[in-house]
Amino acid sequence: MAFLSKSFSGGIHPPEHKKLTEFFKIENCPPPEEVVVPVQQHIGAPSRPIVEKGDAVLIGDPISESGGFVSVPSHATVSGTVKTVEPRPHPLGTKVLSVVIENDSENKWRQDVGFDSSYQELDKKEILRRIQAAGIAGMGGATFPTHVKLSPPPDKKIDTLIVNGAECEPYLTSDHRLMLEETEKILRGMQILVRVLGAKTGAIGVEKNKMDAVKALRQKIAELNLPYKVYALHVKYPQGAEKQLINAIVNRRVPAGGLPMDVGCVVQNVGTAAAVYDAVVYNRPLIDRVVTITGNGINKPQNMLIRIGTPFSHVFEQCGGLKENAGKVIMGGPMMGLAQSNLDAPVIKGTSGLLVLNEKQSHRQEEQPCISCAHCVDACPMGLMPKMLGQFVKYERFDSAQAYNILDCIECGSCAFVCPAHINLVHWIKYGKLKVIQKQKKAS
Amino acid sequence: MDPVFLSSILTLGGLGLLFGAGLAYAAKKFAVYVDPKVEQIIEALPGANCGACGKPGCSAYAEAVVKGETPPNMCSPGGADVTEKIARILGVKAEATEPKVAVVQCQGGRAEAVEKYAYEGVQDCSAAELIGGGSKACSYGCLGLGSCVKACPFDAMYMSDNGLPVVFEEKCTACNICVTTCPRGIMALIPRSQKVYLACVSQDKAKAVKSVCTVGCFACKICVMPKVTPDGSIEMNENLPVIKNIHSDNLYTAYDKCPSKSYVIRIPRPEPEIVEDTVSAESQS
Repeated sequence: MAFLSKSFSGGIHPPEHKKLTEFFKIENCPPPEEVVVPVQQHIGAPSRPIVEKGDAVLIGDPISESGGFVSVPSHATVSGTVKTVEPRPHPLGTKVLSVVIENDSENKWRQDVGFDSSYQELDKKEILRRIQAAGIAGMGGATFPTHVKLSPPPDKKIDTLIVNGAECEPYLTSDHRLMLEETEKILRGMQILVRVLGAKTGAIGVEKNKMDAVKALRQKIAELNLPYKVYALHVKYPQGAEKQLINAIVNRRVPAGGLPMDVGCVVQNVGTAAAVYDAVVYNRPLIDRVVTITGNGINKPQNMLIRIGTPFSHVFEQCGGLKENAGKVIMGGPMMGLAQSNLDAPVIKGTSGLLVLNEKQSHRQEEQPCISCAHCVDACPMGLMPKMLGQFVKYERFDSAQAYNILDCIECGSCAFVCPAHINLVHWIKYGKLKVIQKQKKAS
Repeated sequence: MDPVFLSSILTLGGLGLLFGAGLAYAAKKFAVYVDPKVEQIIEALPGANCGACGKPGCSAYAEAVVKGETPPNMCSPGGADVTEKIARILGVKAEATEPKVAVVQCQGGRAEAVEKYAYEGVQDCSAAELIGGGSKACSYGCLGLGSCVKACPFDAMYMSDNGLPVVFEEKCTACNICVTTCPRGIMALIPRSQKVYLACVSQDKAKAVKSVCTVGCFACKICVMPKVTPDGSIEMNENLPVIKNIHSDNLYTAYDKCPSKSYVIRIPRPEPEIVEDTVSAESQS
């Protein structure tokens, strides 16, 4: 009954696999003996480390400062001593400058973290300052610095704040659990966000496969007497993509090459809303996040609250270890997540899940010739023609690819998922985007 | 004669004459003046349209040279020969550039370098680098998917069985295309007279290099020691040695002393002392 519930055109419905973890409460993951906190956990300029080997730090102490406007600091996530500052493995696959902190197991917080009763009177500037100082970057996985999204240029009027609880990636349930367990925090965070943006209203979008979360949110909204609406959305991937969510909820289309603010919207993840509440009301920096550890290759799938900087290997130990047939570890969901090559890489601000696939699920099938079935065209939520883009890139016709709007691709992976010829469409398109951008830079 | 023949010969012949006259007139009337020098230079150029000169093709380069926008020694595939020809056509003196050759500054093939994951994606180095920075554990090393080989317009490269590109020096024209194609900056142009070059671009520290590659330079600094290169022909720049004097014979000593065998000999050493040694050793035993 797709026409009855709100959605967008295109998209796919991969198997959900959410049953693995959806009923498990969020557990606390004991902090490891050593955390590795990278200075780059967000999109934008890397932050600059401000601690040195031997420095004593408390939980919440900043260990790096913003490297610009589009940048956020990182914080100590355990108390102890700084062991070293050096490049360490990062979930992106490369080595990134990281602060390694030895945990003294005393769990001491810095002094100024605590309830601030005056938060209702804070002005907009101070709220934004607190959000940046707390190191908050989009927690849905894209890790775009939140304070930047909340400071649109004055000529863009924002009327609607949309909070994203769609969680359309298969397997992941961290946002789902957060909506059930931290309902009030999310709504209070939303209040702050609406105030900062000067928006008229707020809306929450949740996919229909999480009706318990929809009910909990609606109940809490009634209890707190808030003017927000909760939308139960059609279960379809990528429902949680910014532009698709706006299309589904307020029925506006973000123009090609544009941003949500061009249609008067700002989208924030539920995790971000909760973190904003903590940052503004408790002055508490972002030092941990909810992560779904799931998949057929892990012994005890569950949802955990994990300190940022905890190595994946430590997390897996807490979940009963990897199964013998484990084949591939992915940070994030199976559609857009990043395959990992080193389990020493740490949990970062954008780690929504750790998915362990078994050997059988891990391999790609061989690419075969395109039969022009156009399944990918039907599936593309952006209305692009992935088949054409893929072929243009393959034959190095980057001008044509640009004319077919290759830069509008959101890399959701729907086209590659439906392709019966197993063509690596997203990879071709990503490569094409790189070449087109390089060409543009050269020309300018 | 049959009148049919006569009439058809007259008609067709007449038409031919008419069109011929028309074409002759049009050729005079709409003629575009081309500097004969441009044509002569196009004639002299190799015609590969490789773009090494920075122009979109040979004819564009010829025009630019005649206009004086570019110096006449920019055609590296043509080399000194072509430079001289162009200079003669233009009636100027041109400084011949030192002929160069492309080299692969990485020896970490499948056997030597560690892979961090199995790559099954698009077979292109730039594309592979998008996936977690490429499958090589060394973040400086050759990704081995042969983008440079595919890009070479002179067929002067091939991929070895060990997964590394190899340059046919005789065919290489130093057109620079492999250098700009490589996403890792492993290809470089060096003077043809350079005897020894360093085949590693890793700026990592010793421990990091050793853990990922058996032939990577780990900055032990032996090659810059006065014992090895007393003339200072090699200097350290952060974690990599840089060859300052390409003609020094001490570079051969550096090659011998290098514990990781990161240097490569292009031109065999003049006095084959080592060969004599082995011969005498064999005769003794």
